[in-house]
Amino acid sequence: MSTLGPVDYALLIADLSIEGCALVILLKKRALSQHFTFVLFLCASIAVGIGRYYVLAADGFTSNTYLYFYFFSDALLIICLYFVLMSLYMHVFSDMNVGKLVRAGAVLLLAATALISYYTVSSSSDRLVTKFVMEMSQNLYFVGVVLTYVLWGAMMKLRENRSRVMQLVLSMGVYFSAFAGSFALGNLYPDLIIWRYVSHLMVTWLPISWAYTFIKVTEDAHMATARVVAPTQ
Amino acid sequence: MIGPFVATLIFAVSPLALLQFFAWYCHSLIAKSRVVGLSENAREISGVTRRTVRGDQFVRLRQLIALCPEPGGDCLKLRAMSIYFGMLGFVRDLLRRIPAAAKWIELERTGCAYAAAVVLDGRMTYSRTLISRQPVS
Repeated sequence: MSTLGPVDYALLIADLSIEGCALVILLKKRALSQHFTFVLFLCASIAVGIGRYYVLAADGFTSNTYLYFYFFSDALLIICLYFVLMSLYMHVFSDMNVGKLVRAGAVLLLAATALISYYTVSSSSDRLVTKFVMEMSQNLYFVGVVLTYVLWGAMMKLRENRSRVMQLVLSMGVYFSAFAGSFALGNLYPDLIIWRYVSHLMVTWLPISWAYTFIKVTEDAHMATARVVAPTQ
Repeated sequence: MIGPFVATLIFAVSPLALLQFFAWYCHSLIAKSRVVGLSENAREISGVTRRTVRGDQFVRLRQLIALCPEPGGDCLKLRAMSIYFGMLGFVRDLLRRIPAAAKWIELERTGCAYAAAVVLDGRMTYSRTLISRQPVS
């Protein structure tokens, strides 16, 4: 059993404090009604963080319990992130009345990714469940990257100019691509210890960037997408 | 055999997507600064004499920013800009032989430096406000 060191404790506490602060800021900025999925994700992330802490403290970093808990809770968080992405799609396409289509598309994509991941790992018999969840997380993060790209492309096409939506979408893109790469590396080299610390740092990205956006960018702030894509032109 | 192939593919594509999204995110942070004018005082203190700020002045501007009290709220912007500026320096070293890339990178670095000058201007205004609030002994 690998016990927690002072660095692990510091990182866990930092993650939870940053997420807690971001949640307070979002609630203070009245984001609950308009951006409910963001609040839902932060609450889920805090609950998962506390759960991981207890499992880590009880069973250690290398235990099977922690491994199962980590990957299943991560799959839960990705599903929450899909809800966030869906709500951003709804914001961008709000004038087109395509809410039902977006919801149906997202559910189909989730199911398809889960099926493909199952098919990929079904040939190996050892630790099928863990491998399946890990594979699925990696694939879901990557589908998240693709969906964010599609959304950003649609925003450019539709000349979406709400600065807040823009920054929220781009921050999601950074998060999804960072985690997709990290999970792929974890799949290729499962024994890399550095990701134990790097993933903690990556977890703080979304709460920090969301808090910044809600504090600094007002709801009515506007900016042309062209200035973001090619500011020097 | 599909698993490692998919993982390798994702591992190859994700860093590129990360760089692209991060660059756009930094652009969205500094886009507002591009239309803000610098005060004469800020130009004088930061040593900016021309209309544009040179990319290589970024480091000096960051040092000056560190000397000013922080009004709060611009830390993420500064940190993101510093990372982006560092990344641009790395890419410039890699693509040294491509003139078009070098020109684009210099324009991006200029944008970062100008945004840093705007932050410095804001912090200097904040410092003056703090000093003016202090009671005269």
